[in-house]
Amino acid sequence: MRTFTAGIAAAERNIVSNEAFVYDAVRTPRGKGKKGALHSVKPVSLLTGLIDALRDRNPTLDTNRIDDMVVGVVTPIGDQGADIARTAVLAAGLPNTVGGVQLNRFCASGLAAINFAAQQVRSGWEGMVIAGGVESMSRVPMGYDGGAWAMDPATSYDTYFVPQGISADLIATIEGFSRDDVDAYAVRSQQRAAVAWTEGRFKRSIVPVRDQNGVLILDHDEHMRPDTTAESLGKLNPAFTMMGEAGGFDAVALQKYHQVEKIDHVHTGGNSSGIVDGSALVLVGSEKLGKEMGLTPRARIAAVATSGADPTIMLTGPTPATQKLLALAGLKVDDIDLFELNEAFASVVLKYQRDLGIPSEKLNVNGGAIAMGHPLGATGAMIFGTMVDELERRKAKRAVVTLCIGGGMGVATLIERL
Amino acid sequence: MSETNTIRWTNEDGIVVLTMDDPNQGANTMNAAYLRSMRETVDRVLKEKDAIKGIILTSAKKTFFAGGDLKDLIKARPEDAERLTTWGNELKAQLRALETCGKPVVAAINGTALGGGLEIALACHRRIAADVKGSLIGLPEVTLGLLPGGGGVTRTVRMMGIQEALMKVLLQGQRYKPSEAKKHGLVDELVGTVEELLPAAKAWLATNPSAKQPWDLPGYKIPGGTPMTPSFAATLPAFPANLRKQVKGTMPAPRAIMAAAVEGSQVDIESAFLIETRYFTELAIGQVAKNMTKAFFFDLSAINAGASRPKDQPKTTVKKVAVIGAGMMGAGIAYVCAKAGIDVVLKDMSQEAADKGKAYSTKLVDKGVSRGKVPKEKGDALLARITATADYKDLAGCDMVIEAVFESEGLKHKVFAELQGVVNKDAVLGSNTSTLPITKLAEGVERPADFIGLHFFSPVDKMPLLEIIAGKKTSDATLAKAFDLAAQIGKTPIVVNDSRGFFTSRVIGTFLNEAIAMVGEGLAPASIEQAGAQAGYPATPLQLMDELTLTLPRKIRKEAEDAAKAAGKEFPLHASYGIIDTLVEKYDRKGRSTGGGFYEYGADGKRTHLWTGLAEHFVKKGHSIPFEDMKERMLFAEALETVKCFDEGVLRTVADANIGSIMGIGFPPWTGGVIQYINGYEGPSGNGPRGFVMRARQLAERYGKHFLPPASLVEIAEKGKLWE
Repeated sequence: MRTFTAGIAAAERNIVSNEAFVYDAVRTPRGKGKKGALHSVKPVSLLTGLIDALRDRNPTLDTNRIDDMVVGVVTPIGDQGADIARTAVLAAGLPNTVGGVQLNRFCASGLAAINFAAQQVRSGWEGMVIAGGVESMSRVPMGYDGGAWAMDPATSYDTYFVPQGISADLIATIEGFSRDDVDAYAVRSQQRAAVAWTEGRFKRSIVPVRDQNGVLILDHDEHMRPDTTAESLGKLNPAFTMMGEAGGFDAVALQKYHQVEKIDHVHTGGNSSGIVDGSALVLVGSEKLGKEMGLTPRARIAAVATSGADPTIMLTGPTPATQKLLALAGLKVDDIDLFELNEAFASVVLKYQRDLGIPSEKLNVNGGAIAMGHPLGATGAMIFGTMVDELERRKAKRAVVTLCIGGGMGVATLIERL
Repeated sequence: MSETNTIRWTNEDGIVVLTMDDPNQGANTMNAAYLRSMRETVDRVLKEKDAIKGIILTSAKKTFFAGGDLKDLIKARPEDAERLTTWGNELKAQLRALETCGKPVVAAINGTALGGGLEIALACHRRIAADVKGSLIGLPEVTLGLLPGGGGVTRTVRMMGIQEALMKVLLQGQRYKPSEAKKHGLVDELVGTVEELLPAAKAWLATNPSAKQPWDLPGYKIPGGTPMTPSFAATLPAFPANLRKQVKGTMPAPRAIMAAAVEGSQVDIESAFLIETRYFTELAIGQVAKNMTKAFFFDLSAINAGASRPKDQPKTTVKKVAVIGAGMMGAGIAYVCAKAGIDVVLKDMSQEAADKGKAYSTKLVDKGVSRGKVPKEKGDALLARITATADYKDLAGCDMVIEAVFESEGLKHKVFAELQGVVNKDAVLGSNTSTLPITKLAEGVERPADFIGLHFFSPVDKMPLLEIIAGKKTSDATLAKAFDLAAQIGKTPIVVNDSRGFFTSRVIGTFLNEAIAMVGEGLAPASIEQAGAQAGYPATPLQLMDELTLTLPRKIRKEAEDAAKAAGKEFPLHASYGIIDTLVEKYDRKGRSTGGGFYEYGADGKRTHLWTGLAEHFVKKGHSIPFEDMKERMLFAEALETVKCFDEGVLRTVADANIGSIMGIGFPPWTGGVIQYINGYEGPSGNGPRGFVMRARQLAERYGKHFLPPASLVEIAEKGKLWE
């Protein structure tokens, strides 16, 4: 008898799938630093602007049926503190019944938020979730939130903490990527981003930032330098030499990576991700709720994966995360049409490409954070949206989105266009 | 014993003078009697405080207070953690009660206040020190592998700020003269004599009836900020990184000190004390503190007290020394002797060479004078004591000879033959050879009983050790004179019996050989260097080999091989020999002085990078062994060779082995020296000699039978004993 009723319940549930569908994806343009257009905009306003856009773009969305909002923030203090997700829900005038939770998985926070939302939906316990991230790096500086990893000497000493720039240079040294190699990659990022903007490839996602009176503040990514050449990049000084030597961090890394004699500092401001402000949100929901509201699903979140990696070289996590993701989905690298790895540093992308044998024409096809900037907590959600758009534009099937992460982690998500 | 009161109480018109005077010891220490006496004293202060105007804390001993009870601390085991925690917290609760009793407390520091002594004084509202000769003030716990657990970390951080306290006091354990201590704010006031202390203390009490510590005043902030202060937080991550850069992960004490300082800055002072106690206990129950306390306190004290000096010999003073050979060693020896007030005749083949040797002293003196460290007259007097000459006649009247000519038995014989008729008839005939057997050298002189090896280390003015080598015929009187010379020139003497390479040269060779063998095995040279650094060696092996030149071990080997052949003995081969030969013969790489060895050097002589030929000709790509094995191969090679030195009667005492290895040949200080390394070994399959033997056998299995432990060590290990 028991088995019988359980069977019926399962059958009822299976009338519609328990897939996590992507109904929409929006992002702000990225503002550049303290002189940039978004420095005068509060992070909560970046979020409310996008919430408004989700409502406008999806008039049949019944906000009373949104269960939760998950927002990734890397420096959740000051303007970004005190659960900015719930704050944004209230500030945007969403119903009081919509929850809000802020999470932090460093640079992958925005993607982790989407993955959590997908897991919530697939569990069946929630039906419609807004997920994404926000970071106003010009207003809340990176590292401003302290934390034991860098700020507690015993922890930092024991775990061989080094800043990410040192890790990126260590990757380049071990892999033999020269300054020319990383600069060439940076030029490619700028060129691809320029083409993507010129051809309007981001048009579907971009929501211009406007002030409370509707006056336009920013409608394009400010950080790009489309005229960048290998020559102009070659003139920049390495950014992490001082930190590595006077700061003692090279010695820390080399004590662990003892086969390396010396770290070759190849990364500069020009081949590393830019420091910018921005936000992105994705509407994730069940098939059932989408149907009931008359929303059209654009893609499904087919699999998600998280993996740790060595915390000192730190930025190698995307490879094991992607391998785990593909194993979960039963797929091979060749089955994937597009790979999007956040361009934290050029060497990170080059290593990932080498590890998995990804052809250049499938990887970061519209440029990335080297050209457009990396608004920490938001980036994962931004590049997720970029991939949803690009799959549609190409009428392709599968994309893998992944990011390297502080502390030595990787998060990856498999998107399948419907 | 436990009823002993170590603190006397006198009260004159409301001024209570607390005189620390442990009746059972020559110095006051933080023993059980102190702890109980201070508790009683503090309770009485609190009870009688209405009748007290002020308190003076001083000492009846020559020193103010000597610090922790190391005899007790060195025995601390993990199961003592709770007892030590209670002890540390009580110690500080007492001083905190005194600090907050509402009455002003003055520390009248009559003599040395190191460690616990300064910590007691830091709890007082004012520190007045007598600026007397020999008095030292500081928190040197780190040098024994410990941290100041009596409030020293917590209070210096609150006085000076985190960075200042770490750099100026805690991480290096600087010992300051009273005047320097005042400059750094560790004491507030100086008086010229001990007699002036109490009047000065009373005068201060008269004008400060209600003193409070700065950190107990409203609005107090730690100078320079805490991790909550953005400017401080911005530089904080570099602190532990630079610490790791310096200590390479070997020393737990600096890490614990930094952690206690930073963590303690984020909470109230009472909580900071608890944090400090926890880190102190962690160190005290650990092995490294025991190792370092054994070497740098017990062994060093024994050596400096003359434990190895023949007992019945009268004390002597050298008045005039003949230094033969004005090369780098001779020049350095001349300098340290002249600095100690000894007249020096510096002799070389030509006047020009002798003058060049003296110029080394001139350079050092000029540097000292220009930096204001040496008064001009003193420097001039030092130089005036050195006579550079090419004439043996000038050696007349010398009561000590230190020969430092080229390492050749024939040449040395010739030199002694020329001088023995000129110097005093009872002059000590010393040779600064680093490898040649003393007994054989002594065969070339008329008075072999007066002949002795005096092995100095380079650079002589910086290296603290003197390895004294007694030949077969060396008399006790000569040995005693050599000891007295060491004391006179401020060197730490160890004494060894004659053998090829003695103790230090012989043992350091095994360290270098092991590293070079690993190059031959195809391991990454950078890993070998890191293994040396992370084992705790102050100089990495391949860098050191380049400095010493690759031709030196070849020469030493040739001599040893010839000697073995002559004696009809087998000469055991080592895997390193072929590598050195290949580098020298095939690739013409002889070391730094000849343009390159394992490393490349720029036009300015600066080391640039490892020679790429190593990767090309030796490295086997992808070949690796456990990093721990790489470290321990070097450490074990030296420890095992030391055991053989004992077996062959070369070494006489464990203290000599430990101190000699650290001060002479850079054996890692955290180990407490080369024998303490065995006794304190913490290995994968056991601790102490037993664990060491098991690990040695494993290394022998993996890397060659030269790691097999000698029978003498196996015997001790099997009995569960220590090598003593």
